[in-house]
Amino acid sequence: MKTVFKKPESLTDAQFHYCPGCTHGIIHRLIAECVDEMNIRESTIGICPVGCSVLAYDYFNFDMLEAAHGRAPAIAAAIKRLLPDRTLFTYQGDGDLASIGMGEILHASVRGEKICVFFINNTVYGMTGGQMAPTTLLGQVTTTSPYGRSKDNEGYPAKMAEILAQNEGSAYICRTAVNDPPNVMKTKKAIKKALQTQAKGLGFSMVEILSTCPTNWGLNPLDSMKWLEDNMIPYYPLGELKVKEDR
Amino acid sequence: MSHRLSGNEAVAYAMKQINPDVMGAFPITPSTEIPEYFADYVANGEVNTEYVAVESEHSSMSVCIAAQAAGARSVCATSSCGLALMYELLYVAASCRLPITLACVNRALSGPININHDYSDSMGARDSGWIQIYAENNQEAYDNFLMAMPIGETPNVRLPVMACMDGFITSHAVENIELLETDAVRRFIGEYNPEHYLLKKENPLAVGPYDISPYYMEHKVLEAEAMKAAKARILEVAAAFEKISGRHYGLFEEYRMEDAELALVLMGSTAGTAKAAIDKLREDGVKAGLVKIRVFRPFPGEELARALAGTRAVAVMDKSEGFSANGGPLFAETCGALYGLKERPHLIDIVYGLGGRDVRVEDIEKVFGRLANIAATGETGPVYVHMGQRSREEIA
Ligand SMILES: Cc1ncc(C[n+]2csc(CCOP(=O)(O)OP(=O)(O)O)c2C)c(N)n1
Ligand code: SF4
Ligand SMILES: [Mg+2]
Repeated sequence: MKTVFKKPESLTDAQFHYCPGCTHGIIHRLIAECVDEMNIRESTIGICPVGCSVLAYDYFNFDMLEAAHGRAPAIAAAIKRLLPDRTLFTYQGDGDLASIGMGEILHASVRGEKICVFFINNTVYGMTGGQMAPTTLLGQVTTTSPYGRSKDNEGYPAKMAEILAQNEGSAYICRTAVNDPPNVMKTKKAIKKALQTQAKGLGFSMVEILSTCPTNWGLNPLDSMKWLEDNMIPYYPLGELKVKEDR
Repeated sequence: MSHRLSGNEAVAYAMKQINPDVMGAFPITPSTEIPEYFADYVANGEVNTEYVAVESEHSSMSVCIAAQAAGARSVCATSSCGLALMYELLYVAASCRLPITLACVNRALSGPININHDYSDSMGARDSGWIQIYAENNQEAYDNFLMAMPIGETPNVRLPVMACMDGFITSHAVENIELLETDAVRRFIGEYNPEHYLLKKENPLAVGPYDISPYYMEHKVLEAEAMKAAKARILEVAAAFEKISGRHYGLFEEYRMEDAELALVLMGSTAGTAKAAIDKLREDGVKAGLVKIRVFRPFPGEELARALAGTRAVAVMDKSEGFSANGGPLFAETCGALYGLKERPHLIDIVYGLGGRDVRVEDIEKVFGRLANIAATGETGPVYVHMGQRSREEIA
């Protein structure tokens, strides 16, 4: 019998705890598929964030280390320097990476740390109940911006891919989304390219993945995908922002 | 006014009644609801507060420090790792003598990550120069928050205040609560008119400058004196609060201590469980009592010694592990307090409830059983034990 579909070996049998329609699960799977396809499961180490994906160590079938909120890049960088033949990635939300961890991510990129960062941008602090994040869109209602984010008070949403693409140390920076099958496939390609960038020793890489949080957006899963498409993609344009070529 | 509110709602409501000038806001479980409720008050124009949603707790405390230095009243709320991330600034706030009010919703400190209640977060900050007041229930959380500013802002105190409540147990459980009228609250709190503040043109000022060794120690002594002065002020404010609320507060609460031979010393919501156990034991003729520490900083050492002087055996119950190899922080303070007594009771430390491990009436009864045995035999036995854990045989 021909196998047409199977769970990647890089995922455990544990059932995801994510809310219905949450795209964290899709992204976990894409990372797992890439790790399987590149045959690097035995040498991959992931760093968990604090956020809804805090339990990611239960789902990935390789070694994972838990970081304090926002500190994953520093930890990944340290392991990579000590074990340069391993593949290191961080898995971080927008609160983790762009808010409390803004310092760590910038400096990991400035130093050109040879790690991959998978950045799950869902425009809110999902885990703590949907508060405004630096990535929250203008006018977006959250529990701490009940009448919508205002540029006068809270400023403009942070474009992390653009910010990090400016750094010489960044070798591959790309923004994708997981709102429909073509974009899911593009996201997978970007994840793989980031992992390959690391394998080639070219420098820091990050894939910013526009994601959903139906629970805190107060939308059903389908409308969430539509909201992502209509609101996030226009402000956070998709595509590769930086591709350093092989030396 | 009688209401039903959770501890977080009650504290957010107290903040609304106070109408502070500035809030530094950053979410962390289980205190998150406080800045969330408050965001609604701000957005609805129910308060005039400048609400600054920052990127971390290090920044939320920095916002409070700056605002308070500029002569404004500032508040914030946090828990666990959030408080830990503020650590550097906690000392700065206290040493700059800035009476910020912080709602600390206690939660175990990582690692391992745990979101439930114990005191490892605020106990780590016990030497930072902040006044620390602990609540048993929602009513006390509300009342303590209202009393914080009149305590901290007094000129001979001028220290920041941490008003603490137990994460989830108190912060999320809904209870009946008596709220004061907002007018009464405003009169009680009064205006904040500090003598010194930034941008006062008659009196240019630098806040938090480098302090060289010929001066540093004098400043620290002043801070220590302020903490001593806070004790009397806390009682004064409690007396004034009793006048408007009818509710009595001291540095600690003594429960059935008049003739108690066996006593517990503990903090927070466990007091409710302990009171139930004591009532049961009293029916059986056991002379059991409780001292519930309300004010941990300044520590009421002399007063506690007087309260425990007539007892024969005392168990301190620490809901945080100090890793001192010598017992938890409440135990260390209680030992120190009792040292001056001519006749000291037997004293043991029971570390319990870490990371939210439940404590039941029966557990407390067991502790009293052990105390009764100590009083009868005169043998203290192991002094520092952990209750309700499975990794080693239970002694407590
Ligand atoms: C020092 C510290 N401050 C605050 C928190 C509370 N906290 C936990 S998760 C989180 C936000 C997570 O948001 P994000 O990274 O966007 O992840 P998501 O849940 O949206 O996937 C915050 C603020 C914490 N754990 N540690
Ligand atoms: S809260 Fe949002 S980000 Fe978190 S699991 Fe639910 S949908 Fe996903
Ligand atoms: Mg998020």
